[in-house]
Amino acid sequence: MSTTVRPTSRTPSDVGRAAWFFLAPALLLIFVFFFLPVLASLVLSVTDFDIYAIANPPTTRFVGMANYTKLFHSPEFWQALKNTFYFAIVGGPLTIAVSLATALLLNAKLVRFKSFFRTIYFTPFVTTLVAVSIVWRYLYHTRYGVLNYALAHVGIAPIDWLGNPHWAMPAIILMSVWKNFGYNMLIFIAGLQAIPQDLYDAAEIDGAGPVRRFFAVTLPLLGPTLLFVSVITMIGYFQLFSEPYVMTQGGPLRATTSVVLMMYEEGFRWWRMGYAASIAFVLFVVILVATLIQFRVQKEHV
Amino acid sequence: MRRNVPRPVLIPALVFSGFLLTLSVESCSTASAGNNTTLRIWAMGREGEVLSQLMPGFEKEHPDIHVEVQQIPWTAAHEKLLTAYVGDATPDIAMLGNTWVPEFVALNSLAPLDSFADKSKEIRRDDFFSGIWKTNVVDGKTYGIPWYVDTRLIFYRSDLLAKAGYKEFPKTWADWTAAMKKMKSQMSDKQFPLLMPTNEWPQPVMFALEAGSPILRDGGRYGAFEQPPFKKGFDFYLGLYQQGFASPVSSSQVSNLFQEFERGNIAMYISGPWYIGEFKNRLDSATQKKWMTAAMPGINGPGTSLALGSSLSLFAASQHKKEAWLLMEYMSRPAIQLQFYVLTGDLPPRKAAWQDTTFANNKYTRAFRDQLERVEPLPQVPEWEEIATTIFEHGEQAIRRAKTEDQTLASLDQDVNAMLEKRRYLLAQAKGH
Amino acid sequence: MSRTNPRFVARGSGKTTEDYLPGAVGGAAGGFGRADSARTRRRVSQIVLYVLLIIGALIALMPMLWMLSASFMPTGEASTYPPHFIPSRITFSHYADLFTRLNLGRYLFNSALIAVVVTGVSLVINSLAGYAFAKLRFRGRDRAFRILSLGLVLPVQVAMLPLFLLMKNLHLINTYWGVIIPGMASIFGIFLIRQYALSIPDDMLDAARIDGASELRIYWSVVVPGILPILATLAIWTFLATWNDFMWPLIVLSDEAHYTLPVALANLSGEHVQDTELMMAGSVLTVIPVLAVFLFLQRYYIQGVMAGSVKG
Repeated sequence: MSTTVRPTSRTPSDVGRAAWFFLAPALLLIFVFFFLPVLASLVLSVTDFDIYAIANPPTTRFVGMANYTKLFHSPEFWQALKNTFYFAIVGGPLTIAVSLATALLLNAKLVRFKSFFRTIYFTPFVTTLVAVSIVWRYLYHTRYGVLNYALAHVGIAPIDWLGNPHWAMPAIILMSVWKNFGYNMLIFIAGLQAIPQDLYDAAEIDGAGPVRRFFAVTLPLLGPTLLFVSVITMIGYFQLFSEPYVMTQGGPLRATTSVVLMMYEEGFRWWRMGYAASIAFVLFVVILVATLIQFRVQKEHV
Repeated sequence: MRRNVPRPVLIPALVFSGFLLTLSVESCSTASAGNNTTLRIWAMGREGEVLSQLMPGFEKEHPDIHVEVQQIPWTAAHEKLLTAYVGDATPDIAMLGNTWVPEFVALNSLAPLDSFADKSKEIRRDDFFSGIWKTNVVDGKTYGIPWYVDTRLIFYRSDLLAKAGYKEFPKTWADWTAAMKKMKSQMSDKQFPLLMPTNEWPQPVMFALEAGSPILRDGGRYGAFEQPPFKKGFDFYLGLYQQGFASPVSSSQVSNLFQEFERGNIAMYISGPWYIGEFKNRLDSATQKKWMTAAMPGINGPGTSLALGSSLSLFAASQHKKEAWLLMEYMSRPAIQLQFYVLTGDLPPRKAAWQDTTFANNKYTRAFRDQLERVEPLPQVPEWEEIATTIFEHGEQAIRRAKTEDQTLASLDQDVNAMLEKRRYLLAQAKGH
Repeated sequence: MSRTNPRFVARGSGKTTEDYLPGAVGGAAGGFGRADSARTRRRVSQIVLYVLLIIGALIALMPMLWMLSASFMPTGEASTYPPHFIPSRITFSHYADLFTRLNLGRYLFNSALIAVVVTGVSLVINSLAGYAFAKLRFRGRDRAFRILSLGLVLPVQVAMLPLFLLMKNLHLINTYWGVIIPGMASIFGIFLIRQYALSIPDDMLDAARIDGASELRIYWSVVVPGILPILATLAIWTFLATWNDFMWPLIVLSDEAHYTLPVALANLSGEHVQDTELMMAGSVLTVIPVLAVFLFLQRYYIQGVMAGSVKG
């Protein structure tokens, strides 16, 4: 052990400087390739930047709110918004319910082979969405699909899942619930395991049956977890894109065109980038508002 | 605290080798080896598949040129081409649908070919069907060499038509409707005389052209959808669904149309010359004897169809224009066009090729040769692709009765006029100078 | 004595009075029966639970099992009624087709290359930043952190249009880097690392500082070994997310030589919608690598999900 006092001592500012070096790559990348483009989207949305402009930038015109006005007068946009909300508001709670149910199942004391089942239930989440969408497209085939075959056994006539505007979005919702429930299930399991057994015992002593125990103990204590799960699920579901792109191309009759799909079409198929940027910005506002509302609502109930 | 040495070392090693690999692969794909020139050509659909088979012949004649063929599906081709243009990643040559040529010209992305064509011994303008060559001329300059012609007509089950009492295919709309009515009565609920996917624009457009509609008016500045000619064609189009002759399905819902055709679930299909090859390859032997082609029926007699086709276009950014032109000349030789026809069923745009016995004896192509006499070009506006998509999207609404016919045509005019706004603005600007 | 006298409830064992004193309650008749009935009730519950679980497992796996099965069916067999679940005879022709005619090997390579590079680079970049936020004190730390949190609510699609134009100006359209660079830093990753790094004892770090180690050395020798589990989780997470990524590669890659598997698959499905069995084979090949990674390393992945989500 040295007895000399080392002259080099680390001052807070030294640490501070080192910290910025540590942060620089990440912050720089995030700033240049994420935050900056997001701001640029706002700027883009007040121009009429399109394919003519890509060829010849000076033909870009500043149009103020014209894109937004056109957007709010566009029936396609309102339909896309409605479709996206339909997907999120029905699909979200459905996914969460299934996740919670399977989490409860897997958390039951009487069950062994927990991790085996847990792995199986998580597998759909891990698979590539595009690959899975293609498989489900065939499962949903009116004549040859397995789903209609199964329904036929229960006496239900074949449903034109992807061709009927009323059934197309439910078809996508069903597939999304199947694909995504595993992730929330894990989070719920963690949340359930964090609930002390004593509380259940106390409730049982007070004469509560399993159902009452669920509502009196489980649900309230899962509150923060439920909030977290709802928020991330909703944010994810508002960004619906790959499923309609692969399975229905946004049809039939634009019944599955989501906001992001519409943005992709306008921006990267027709190159109306100014207009598409306004769609993107509206998406951002919608997600932000929805998130804030969720926080509000659950804060009052938790 | 675990001291697991391998992993912290493993990650940087992996990353570093990843960098190297990325760099090397990246540079590989852009370099040309030595004196050899590599030409990159993009093609869609079956033509793309077949093109690779034709290249060895060319490469033998020009040992210092290597050709890389990339295939893109039609459904994504338009956006891929535009993305390539935007990203400065265009190939040397691309097969372009001739309705796309004006769009790419408006972007200044194509090189004019007149200087090459004027000097060429292989490619003689007068030998091409003039209506077809014209579709490649924008503002007096040629931007594509027609590669094959395409028009749409009817493929049908001749035995099912005979069963309905018709030995020859009907020539008027009235006769055609009567025939389909008869066929429908002989079919079950789930079977339909005509397969006409709702998400395809050629059908409504061709009926409108037959009715004399220009589709757009005022030099492509406004839509002409609410005017009587278009309405007449659109009426007929809608009627086919409303009378139960065609099922309102989209193309992605038909999982295997060849099987449906074999099984008699559909009896007629409107498509182009490449389907001759597809039918020959994919229908079972029993059905091979039972199908035929026929020209489109018209209002008062044989009807109009679309002057489509694909051209080979040269991108302005290409670094190998001379070599690319050699390839285009090669592809335009009547012998090669015949070979191409044999492989794909695509029809040659050169009259010299048509004189070959291959065509004289081919019963399926006769209808096409006939139809090519009655083809109309489409409006040459850069926005055409988007307008075409809008036409069938609105059409679907009318078919499924989400909107009335008049509402549909009104919103078509509204939407298309909005799409053409920038074009009107730029044209007005150009005039002002 | 009431039936469920609390004094006789054994904690946590689920046993009731009846179990200890059979027949003490409600008369001698049926005393033994009551003990049996409790066990039977438990047995029944257990069976019900297992049945539910197994049904659930079948539902979870069925699409992928059908996908696998159909990929081996001869052409046309997947479009029959009633649907076949087992191939009438096994054929590898679709797999052969994919690798020979349709160039799938190239796409596999592209996906693997991009996923590995992004994973490797982002591990370093994100862990440096995550550790800095957790343990290094510097001016503006809280403010920077709050701004980053904002980013979590911003949907990534909002950035895509200008990002595309930016990539165009950097000549990175249709290149691997065009796909790799936007994925190299992730706010989520930084947060995950930070959360975990908070638990590193400060004394350990201070001791190392007193010993004269540079901040970088401290990171390398003290921090990294300490956060290896979360690094493993983040690595798997990043690999899976990058492999499965669809929208951005779809936008940025126009040339098939650079396509990743999901983009190539979507491309093929547009062209080959008629070839069910071929598409199933393509899907199988796309899904197998991520499934393999997940199955072998699921412990880390699942731990990470559960740990990262249970917040105080």
